[in-house]
Amino acid sequence: MSLRIVVTVKYVPDATGDRHFADDLTVDRDDVDGLLSELDEYAVEQALQIADDADDAEITVLTVGPEDAKDALRKALSMGADKAIHVEDDDLHGTDAIGTSLVLAKAIEKAGYDLVISGMASTDGTAGIVPALLAERLGVPQVTLLSEVSVEDGVVKGRRDGDSASEQLEASLPAVVSVTDQSGEARYPSFKGIMAAKKKPVESWDLEDLEIEADEVGLEGAWTKVDSATERPARTAGTIVKDEGEGGKQLAEFLAGQKFI
Amino acid sequence: MAEVLVYVDHVDGAVRKPTLELLTLARRIGEPVAVALGSGAEATAPALAEHGAVKVLTHDAAEYADYLVVPKVDALQAAYEVVSAGGSLAAVLVPSSAEGKEIAARLAVRIGSGIITDATDLEAGDEGPVATQSAFAASFTTKSRVAKGTPVITVKPNSAAVEAAPAAGAVEALAVSFSEKATGTKVTARTPRESTGRPELTEAAIVVSGGRGVNGAENFSIIEALADSLGAAVGASRAAVDAGWYPHTNQVGQTGKSVSPQLYIASGISGAIQHRAGMQTSKTIVAINKDAEAPIFDLVDYGVVGDLFEVVPQLTEEIKTRKG
Repeated sequence: MSLRIVVTVKYVPDATGDRHFADDLTVDRDDVDGLLSELDEYAVEQALQIADDADDAEITVLTVGPEDAKDALRKALSMGADKAIHVEDDDLHGTDAIGTSLVLAKAIEKAGYDLVISGMASTDGTAGIVPALLAERLGVPQVTLLSEVSVEDGVVKGRRDGDSASEQLEASLPAVVSVTDQSGEARYPSFKGIMAAKKKPVESWDLEDLEIEADEVGLEGAWTKVDSATERPARTAGTIVKDEGEGGKQLAEFLAGQKFI
Repeated sequence: MAEVLVYVDHVDGAVRKPTLELLTLARRIGEPVAVALGSGAEATAPALAEHGAVKVLTHDAAEYADYLVVPKVDALQAAYEVVSAGGSLAAVLVPSSAEGKEIAARLAVRIGSGIITDATDLEAGDEGPVATQSAFAASFTTKSRVAKGTPVITVKPNSAAVEAAPAAGAVEALAVSFSEKATGTKVTARTPRESTGRPELTEAAIVVSGGRGVNGAENFSIIEALADSLGAAVGASRAAVDAGWYPHTNQVGQTGKSVSPQLYIASGISGAIQHRAGMQTSKTIVAINKDAEAPIFDLVDYGVVGDLFEVVPQLTEEIKTRKG
């Protein structure tokens, strides 16, 4: 039987660009280029490896986002995913993590799945809660923050490296998995992969397709409100000295002056 | 006065510092009621009482250690139901560890509440608690609040100075019945991390980090020696971790830990956005780097342009001398 893998990915503003907030305090997507969140590339990579080890597997990449978010899907398709689903709707603007998890969960159920794989967090919001939210909403085991993952005979196993211990985890499919940047380097799309991606199907769904009301999502429907966003004042220029043999001692003097020694 | 549920992070009854910080913040919005789960839960009570917990709800069961996350969500939900039934519940606060955020998120969905993660400060507001967060690699500061349900907020370590405020801390047994989902993800083995004897990275008041410039796993001993002279935790940049010179658990940055110590010392770290995301909120920043053009120097309070192999050992010696 075919193993149906859904990889959730996010289109995020490039962290090396000048990221800021729009007037409505949502992330300004107009002034900075977007791309596939780097941490989601690890999820795509693990999906590809799991699919390679399975008799028969199909990988669907799924994203919720504006028109440009198709770029993130294309990147994942060019890495080797089979097809893509793009949930796009004007009413989604300003949706928070809880709302996003609702949309993703409905889309995952509609698509059909045995395994959901996500990155550990997005590189813009960085909260890292969507995988746990998906498991809660889908009512399936969460096997999250894995640095190693494998699937065999309907069971997913993995290693979670926590602060105080490293744990071996195990759950029956269907399940939601998230992987860290330690799970294994993500492959670069080949030229062949990039060409093939152009022919792969990308489905577009809107809120109506998912039977979600507009007021359940978006800025108005968000369960959290951002009241203000202020740019952090630039640090005042610090003291910079060139080491001419006494650099360590000068630094110790500074630290002593600040009462750290 | 409204009550505030505080989820307790502890190791066999020893309460971790971020929880004590949480109690301090909780007192700004109400009376803290602590929830301690698992082995040693009752032993947490004296420390929690000392820091303002009026009540400590405890429960121990094998499920907390044998299965991932969900048993703790079930228990926190049970505590939520008990406390919210008894009157006004102002918020649920959880330490912002990886697990803490997962617990908080699942609870929020279950109780129909909004969630704010990684708060760095918390104040009472007219429409409920107002949380401060940092965004975009700490280049922005936002103020947010939860608009629906009982606010569920996770708070980062080092967000408040711990203040003692003795309270009753009466221990009460919490009744928990685990959901079917609780046993979904088995923990089949657990290998405790070897203790280095150094403070935990996210909790440490001082962090000393090494990067690409350290140039080899063996050279990290000079970073460790500096850290030990200051009683500091050791961090590493992604470049150093990817090269295999230091464990991933010590990585500071966007894909590693985010730290906000009183003092951050970066050695041989250029200061790429990935790294800055994890340390930019540090109170005092010091850097040592050969390259005078390294972007890290834009952030520093004090920078030394020089060879870290000369500067760091000299600094360590000088600190030892001064400390006698």
